[in-house]
Amino acid sequence: MNYAITHDISNEVEIKHKKHIRILIISACVFLIYLIGSIIHFNLPGLAKKWNNDRASMFMLDIYAHKDHIKMNWKEPEKIDVRFEGGYREVYKQDPSWLIRDNQKKSTTVNFENGGKFVFFPNRVEMRNFPKTKETFVFKLNQEGKPYVENYVGKEELLPSWMRATENKVEVRPSLYERLQVYGSKVEVHRYELGWKYFWFDFNSPLEGKGFFEGIALMFDKNRVDPEISNFNLVIKEFWGNEIWHHDTVLFAMVETLLMAILGTLIASIVGLPLAFLAAYNVTPLSSIRFFLRRLFDMLRGIDMLIWSLIFLRAFGPGLFTGIFAIAFTDTGTLGKLMSEAIENTDKKDKEGIQSTGANKVLQHRFGIIPQIMPIFISQSLYYLESNTRAAVIIGAMGAGGIGLHFLGALMTGNDFENVAYMAILVLIAVMCIDTMSAKLRRLLIGIEDKNN
Amino acid sequence: MNSDFALGFDTIEKNLKAMAFKRLLYSLISILAVIFLLSSGLTIAENNNAGSFERGISKFFDYPVDLFKEAFESGWRWYAYVFKYLPDLISTINMAFFSTLFGAIFALLLSLFASKNLIKNPYIVTFARRTMDILRSFPELVIAMIFLYLMGKSELPAVIAIVIHTAGALGKLFSEAIENADSKPIEGLQSCGARWWARIRFAVIPQVVPLFISYTLLRLEINVRASTILGFVGAGGIGEALSAVIQFRYGDEIIAIMFLLVVTIISLDYFSRFLRGRLIGDNK
Repeated sequence: MNYAITHDISNEVEIKHKKHIRILIISACVFLIYLIGSIIHFNLPGLAKKWNNDRASMFMLDIYAHKDHIKMNWKEPEKIDVRFEGGYREVYKQDPSWLIRDNQKKSTTVNFENGGKFVFFPNRVEMRNFPKTKETFVFKLNQEGKPYVENYVGKEELLPSWMRATENKVEVRPSLYERLQVYGSKVEVHRYELGWKYFWFDFNSPLEGKGFFEGIALMFDKNRVDPEISNFNLVIKEFWGNEIWHHDTVLFAMVETLLMAILGTLIASIVGLPLAFLAAYNVTPLSSIRFFLRRLFDMLRGIDMLIWSLIFLRAFGPGLFTGIFAIAFTDTGTLGKLMSEAIENTDKKDKEGIQSTGANKVLQHRFGIIPQIMPIFISQSLYYLESNTRAAVIIGAMGAGGIGLHFLGALMTGNDFENVAYMAILVLIAVMCIDTMSAKLRRLLIGIEDKNN
Repeated sequence: MNSDFALGFDTIEKNLKAMAFKRLLYSLISILAVIFLLSSGLTIAENNNAGSFERGISKFFDYPVDLFKEAFESGWRWYAYVFKYLPDLISTINMAFFSTLFGAIFALLLSLFASKNLIKNPYIVTFARRTMDILRSFPELVIAMIFLYLMGKSELPAVIAIVIHTAGALGKLFSEAIENADSKPIEGLQSCGARWWARIRFAVIPQVVPLFISYTLLRLEINVRASTILGFVGAGGIGEALSAVIQFRYGDEIIAIMFLLVVTIISLDYFSRFLRGRLIGDNK
């Protein structure tokens, strides 16, 4: 008898276990098929092919290095100028130490760190001493004014892989840090060096070439660099007006983005909390108001931030208001819904206790409900502040302005990658600051120890 | 004796008053701070905005009304467009689904290393946590834009961006869930001689998996919105369709796409809420 029962039970368990395993295997198969299908659909194996290696390496290089352009026109070989990043206004007045002009031989030599040299002559350019090759390559123009590599005409396939000769252009790239381009009209050498040059003060500034600490030291130096203006103001003015890094616009854009996030969240929580009270059944007896507010929250939340920002973009134009209101509208919906649920979940006893002392409705809510929901309210608002900082960057890029738009602009120019990196780092710092601050505030206001930090 | 009591009450009252005053002061300060922030921020906004607030607010309904008018004038044909853009929508949802799944797998791997109760080496834990912090600090758009630039227009950059962000965001939640798991079942299994894997399998996984799935569902919802936005900057899907029709201003098609988006987001919201409610057991 007893044995039969146990036997039945163990049978049942076994059947259930088998069923369980079967479900598990089937779902794992479905999962795997989906994964493989999607990998094919999104062409993950094609990643390597799509990956634009030239662009990527240029991008990476530009992030941590800067370059100088040395340019010679074939028509005026005596006029060789050196420009920082090829800018129109950034022409070096004095030759850098790595550039040597020899008037007797009529040659100009560009020296690289690795010992390599590009030597300009009026009728040719020579490449010497590079560690990759012992050979000296000579680049010239033929009668038709097209560039070619001496001794390699018609044998272009014998050239090393880092050299490319086409009809109108010869490109030489012995390593990432050196680059020579020979065209029919001009020769251009790019010489890369590590670091963000002119980050503190730009090329045409009287303080050009000074570093951060030198700048700080100069602030308190009595000898004026510019007799018109005190050193303190000069340093600030020059830093702020840096034409290469645009500190004024970038930092102001960052502030704008933060303002969007903070004001949007603030408005959402100020508007959302009273509405949440009106939408909670234990506060508002009228079901029609509750129903209306619930649907309002659903609508505010359901119309995505993207669509809100498009609508506001039409109304307010690009600027802070668009971002503020797009964030505020979406989050009023989310916070309102969350808070009304929190209010409905509050313990009735607190409110009844207050009621028993004869307090009126307002006081009952003030002392019976608010203390219970305040921690949730504060922590949720702070969470939304965190995610909105990121959202503000995104809305900004879609047209609302702020750092997002500048980021997009710098990326689209295709050669200001150091600015792109600068802004990306700024965003990273800002987001991390807001995250840490909100964690601190949460702990301070609610008093819950955050286990993870 | 009696006077002692009176003194005691006096002190208590004094302390109470001091505390009440302090509270009032704090509240006042925070209210003032909020007012200051709001007013100064809105002033800055007013000064730097392309249009002023009053002009803008009066035009708030212009765009939606225009769109609806256009949609209406074209004879409410827009429901046909709903079907036209359905494949785009599905592609966006698939993008979000795939990247959520992939991101969740990465998050799982990361979270194992970021949980103090699984990894005893504090340096590994800290390193994993900081990695996750950095992964989730970049907005998806920033990563997506860079990859779009490097790889050309396709869905892949958006997928990568969402995967990176999701791995960071979910990883944090996952590791918190693992750390908050009750240690008693683990100890129980250990006491009867279970190996490490058995302890994980029968004591940790049953506790954390419902939470994992619920967090992942929540992420899926967020990622659908994100992939729409990324489509808007060139990653395909319904976002790209929306940006195209907005440029050419086809009111009916804009309305159709917005309708699709809103319906999707709301139904996803309810669906994931329902599923999460069933998983964790409280229906909210």
